[in-house]
Amino acid sequence: MSQSFDEITAQLKRRHRKTARLKWLSMGALALAATFLVVFISDMLVKGLPAFQQAQIQVEVTYSEQSQQMPPAAVNEDVRRLVSRGFLRTLPMRMRDNPDLMGTTRMEWVLADSAVDQYLKGHHTRLKDDQKSIVDDLLAKGQVELKFNTRFFTAGDSKMPELAGIASAAMGTVMTLIVTMLVCFPIGVMTAVYLEEFATDNWLTQVIEININNLAAVPSILFGLLGLAIYINFFGVPRSTPLVGGLTLALMTLPVIIIATRTALRSVPDTIRQAAFGVGCSRWQVVRDHVLPLSFPGILTGSIIGLAQAMGETAPLIIIGMVAFIPDVSASFSDAATVMPAQIFTWAGEPDRAFTEKTAGGILVLLVVLISLNATAVWMRKKFERRW
Amino acid sequence: MPTNQVYLLFSAVLIALGLAAFFLARVRASHLRAHGTTMVAQPDQYAWFSVLSTAGPALLVAALGAFVLLLLGADIPTLYLLGASLVVAVVGLLVGLSQVRPDFHARQAIEKVIRGVLAAAAMVSIVTTLGILISIVFEAVRFFQMQSFWEFVTGTTWAPGNSFLAAAGRADEGASAAQFGSVPLFAGTFLITLIAMLVAIPIGLMAAIYMAEFAPIRVRTLAKPVLEVLAGIPTVVYGFFAAITVAPIIVDVAGFFGLDASFNNALAPGIVMGIMIIPFISSLSDDVINAVPDSMREGSLALGMTKAETITSVVLPAAIPGIISASLLAVSRALGETMIVVMAAGMRPNLTANPLEDMTTVTVRIVAALTGDQEFESAETLSAFALGLVLFVVTLVLNMVSVIMIRRFREKYRSNDL
Repeated sequence: MSQSFDEITAQLKRRHRKTARLKWLSMGALALAATFLVVFISDMLVKGLPAFQQAQIQVEVTYSEQSQQMPPAAVNEDVRRLVSRGFLRTLPMRMRDNPDLMGTTRMEWVLADSAVDQYLKGHHTRLKDDQKSIVDDLLAKGQVELKFNTRFFTAGDSKMPELAGIASAAMGTVMTLIVTMLVCFPIGVMTAVYLEEFATDNWLTQVIEININNLAAVPSILFGLLGLAIYINFFGVPRSTPLVGGLTLALMTLPVIIIATRTALRSVPDTIRQAAFGVGCSRWQVVRDHVLPLSFPGILTGSIIGLAQAMGETAPLIIIGMVAFIPDVSASFSDAATVMPAQIFTWAGEPDRAFTEKTAGGILVLLVVLISLNATAVWMRKKFERRW
Repeated sequence: MPTNQVYLLFSAVLIALGLAAFFLARVRASHLRAHGTTMVAQPDQYAWFSVLSTAGPALLVAALGAFVLLLLGADIPTLYLLGASLVVAVVGLLVGLSQVRPDFHARQAIEKVIRGVLAAAAMVSIVTTLGILISIVFEAVRFFQMQSFWEFVTGTTWAPGNSFLAAAGRADEGASAAQFGSVPLFAGTFLITLIAMLVAIPIGLMAAIYMAEFAPIRVRTLAKPVLEVLAGIPTVVYGFFAAITVAPIIVDVAGFFGLDASFNNALAPGIVMGIMIIPFISSLSDDVINAVPDSMREGSLALGMTKAETITSVVLPAAIPGIISASLLAVSRALGETMIVVMAAGMRPNLTANPLEDMTTVTVRIVAALTGDQEFESAETLSAFALGLVLFVVTLVLNMVSVIMIRRFREKYRSNDL
């Protein structure tokens, strides 16, 4: 049966409506993904930004024989519970270092207890009502203030939230990544150069290639099992150290660097190689003098992405014990250390609510570093990208 | 002498020998050439060959010695080992210098050495895979010597509780024997993976369709980095987000409908894991959809099909092997994901299909078994390796299938840009 034009037009309209619906639906999916990102980032900002501020309190500190013996005696009884115990503990040491202080009484801005800090930020705290009214009083007099939290960036971990900082974890991350890159950058580039420039296509090359693709997809926690069984139990590398952490992460980052380097090498046109061979270069001379310099920006970009990935990895490091409690910043490869993501994991497990803020603060720092690393990689790719 | 100084001295002497090799060989070669002898290689190449022949064997001896020292526990004092290595270096230096002859192809020799070194580097990846396999299989076998394999596969109770007493030789003191039935762990893993896929596949695939078929260039260039940021967020951060933000929301919402949800419910890690995997699926599917040749779209449009009809009945069916392959890779990622579930899912092995209850996964138990204060020899610690073995095999199979499917797809359309 033939259809009337009206029917066909109506049908066409329906069909085109379907296209519009698909378009909006798929656009909605993308928008949803973007919304997740926005919700996520703003949630972290709301939770984490307060961590960069910290309550300080102005109190009268008495430096006397008595406070040398019993530090809490140095401050007045009604504000004693509002001052950080961590500050009080350092008093005897300060008096030893500065004998001039003995016998004086000074008004000083000191670190407040985390309960005061949380109270000022409007969170639920364990402060009693009378203590709250003291804090309110001091706040009115300007003797309690939220100040920029430098301690967060300069101190190591602590069981007292007001003292805890990310410095030891940041140092651990740096040391671990140094080991990682020292191991996996040369090996990765060498593997890629071998596969792209030297190897003939035989079964061994194919096995290596399948292997690399597989390694890239192995769950990261299994690298932790490898690190534990081989590095720690078999070779006796000390547990929890940047050395073993870096070696474990190196194996994980290796495929990323190999794949990126191969792509970079492949983008160098064959005419360059042929020209070099034509003037009598050997294979290694071609690679060293022509192919590698031309592909170097691409290799570097890939390595930065691999580095960022290694920096955010936690699971294998937990298995090899890098969740240690590290109060002191130490730049050693063979001392126990922790890394930024592991520090975040540890803090996330602390029951004290003040640590939630620290966790989100640490996350913000980590995200800023990671996003700037990735942005650098993207920028480098744009800047050095070369169309042949 | 402290060991650090010994190593420092060793390196200094070796570097000095290397420098000596370089300059002596070069002087010798230039000298020969200056006297009118025709040589097959440049002086610098002789020099580099001498350096290689000095340092290469010496380092090899040192590394082998160290390996034997560690592996067999053989008692070679470090001092002797390093001394022997230096002797080898001196011999190498002499050999290198004696090779500065007009008819010696120094360049080819260097080439061979470098090729060997590069090939050795390429072997590292194979050694790594073998290392993973050996370390896991070895310990898993020890586990199965203690516990029955059959019970591990079919048992529905995971209660490693008292295994540490057994390891301490006090088995009879425990109230009940340890049980290692892995079914609840796998059930939990698969449920959470399923939730993640229900979130990730529709959203990721639709986003890919939009990016590949509808989006203007400007949206595309903007959306790609946004998705990349989503993919670059560390999993520990997602875990925190799931535990602190998403789980309480789910508990509230469930409470609103009169349902009772645990704070460690399976839904929160599942959803957050899905969000994490969206960019993975969307970027892989985007590539696949773009690889479908335009001639197919043109043919379909020329027959009067609308854009939606072209997409749903021409482009997607053509791209389906690639999309399935991407989804399989995503499943393998979700199965092995650790931090999100460690932080947001429960610790209690629980055989249930209710996503509002707490349940645990394979990776959570691996972490729990290895971060506890058990002895390494205990059955609970070793059980982590048995679970790891299963995880390794399952993800390996998924990856293999996925690779085969994508290869078929690629061959079908002869596209090289995947």
